[in-house]
Amino acid sequence: MADALLTVSNLETYYGPIMAIRGVSFSVPAGAIVTILGANGAGKTTILKTICGVMDPLKGTVTFERREIQGLDPDAVTRLGISHVPEGREVFPFLSAAENLRMGAYTRRDAAGVARDLEMVYDYFPVLRSRADQRAGQLSGGEQQMLTIARALMARPTMMLLDEPSLGLAPRLVKEIFEIIVRINRDRGVTILLVEQNANMALHVADYGYVLEIGRIVMEDTCARLLDKEDIKEFYLGMKSSSVRGTRRWKRKKTWR
Amino acid sequence: MLQLLLNGLAVGCIYGLVALGFVLIYKATELVNFAQGDLMMLGAFTCYMFVVWYGAGYWLAFVLAVVTVALFGAALDSAVLRRVLGQPQFAVVMLTIGLGAIFRSFASIVWGSEIYTLPTPFSARATRIAGVTISHEYISIIAGTVILCAALYAFFTFTRVGVAMQAASQNQLAAYYMGIPVKRMFSLIWAISAGVAAIAGILLAPVSLIDINLGFLGLKAFAAAVLGGFGSIPGALAGGVTIGLIELFSGAYLPQGVKDVAAYVVLLVVLAIRPQGMFGTIARKKV
Ligand SMILES: Nc1ncnc2c1ncn2[C@@H]1O[C@H](COP(=O)(O)OP(=O)(O)OP(=O)(O)O)[C@@H](O)[C@H]1O
Ligand SMILES: [Mg+2]
Repeated sequence: MADALLTVSNLETYYGPIMAIRGVSFSVPAGAIVTILGANGAGKTTILKTICGVMDPLKGTVTFERREIQGLDPDAVTRLGISHVPEGREVFPFLSAAENLRMGAYTRRDAAGVARDLEMVYDYFPVLRSRADQRAGQLSGGEQQMLTIARALMARPTMMLLDEPSLGLAPRLVKEIFEIIVRINRDRGVTILLVEQNANMALHVADYGYVLEIGRIVMEDTCARLLDKEDIKEFYLGMKSSSVRGTRRWKRKKTWR
Repeated sequence: MLQLLLNGLAVGCIYGLVALGFVLIYKATELVNFAQGDLMMLGAFTCYMFVVWYGAGYWLAFVLAVVTVALFGAALDSAVLRRVLGQPQFAVVMLTIGLGAIFRSFASIVWGSEIYTLPTPFSARATRIAGVTISHEYISIIAGTVILCAALYAFFTFTRVGVAMQAASQNQLAAYYMGIPVKRMFSLIWAISAGVAAIAGILLAPVSLIDINLGFLGLKAFAAAVLGGFGSIPGALAGGVTIGLIELFSGAYLPQGVKDVAAYVVLLVVLAIRPQGMFGTIARKKV
């Protein structure tokens, strides 16, 4: 894709001798929401960590705004405009919610803009306004999740990497968070790369999807078409297609294998 | 009695300041710097050198010595300790103990192994208030500690960099994601810890004389840090003051020799009752 904001090509990332990412390529067009689906241990988190610079790939390139960024330190990547919302609510537990948000804007120098954006994220997440002075460690899991998304937004990113924002949240809250993600994308033009276990939600909000299995991309398509595929329905959405009877299940193989 | 209280407070402040250095570095990097006491010794010697060798005024020498030792601390972090992060704790502890020994031999080569007195504006002066003689040296230690702690508190609470340092200590990975230059923050924490140790050394100098073994006081400061709940800053100060008071009072009222072990006895008792220390929390930090 010529106008892609982020392009990853032939990425290989290792944990010591373990090859977690086995030659992955994909791209994210500016302004889009792209999702990567995959089971536990497929390597989704590792891909995001490699993009944002916490891990260095052994091979391959990550190109952001036509610049190769693989191997940069994470703080340098953040300064280029990529904000990472890590898996598992990584807040600063002993700082207040408001201080957590200010830390999100650490790389910025425009105090007035930061103050405006603080109001903006409070509008997206009204509950954070009422918790502003509370220690982040004392917020509920859902509130912490909102805090990490809001904190990433405070950097005024061009692109956000979201790692399982719905993990461990009640269905209603999941819906709410996804709606906010869509609003952030529409209103502010933030490009989003979304990693999810909740395939149903992810496929409904995203434009384009990739399916990752054991470190490889095995399928890609627009989300509308992915939603229609039998394999996706069965393995990621947990629906049994009507044609498949229990007795024949064992015969069905994932078609991409 | 009041005199004793004051002296105990002052000695305790010194322990507290050195303990504060232990805690700051530990909270940020999970590394225990056993050379903390020797950094204090370097601070005292550097100040002595500026005053006696180069004839600088006390206050100028004070500032120069603190800045020198602080820069030295930052350099130590980026040149040596950053490389051993992630190595087994034991190796790092041995390394810092080794650094302490190197500092002592460096001091004996440069300044000699004699005992020196640092002339200060507070030396051998006293005020009588309500029949009690209060020596200025002790007052200067207490006042210095209070001012320093207030300044550090303000820095860590109200400045952008100070809050970012807290953030980097609490969750290193998330700090990276925010674009906080974590490595530079850690060097800064080393600089602050070393600077605080130097201030402790300079404040202590008029009371205790300067020699290369001044740094062994660091061991008692370590006990103070543990007593306060390793990882708690108010705890470090409270632990220091507690140990200082216990020491002076047991020295005055209990048989000879008790003074030197009293602090450790109290430490053992407190740890047996409250293993997390006086101010410790159970909450663990994520890395
Ligand atoms: N720190 C680590 N050391 C060694 N191997 C690791 C480490 N972290 C992850 N792995 C391995 O790398 C592979 C990919 O892990 P990753 O965390 O990227 O999966 P994921 O797709 O994010 O899974 P989940 O949906 O459970 O979060 C897994 O096989 C995992 O066992
Ligand atoms: Mg993951």
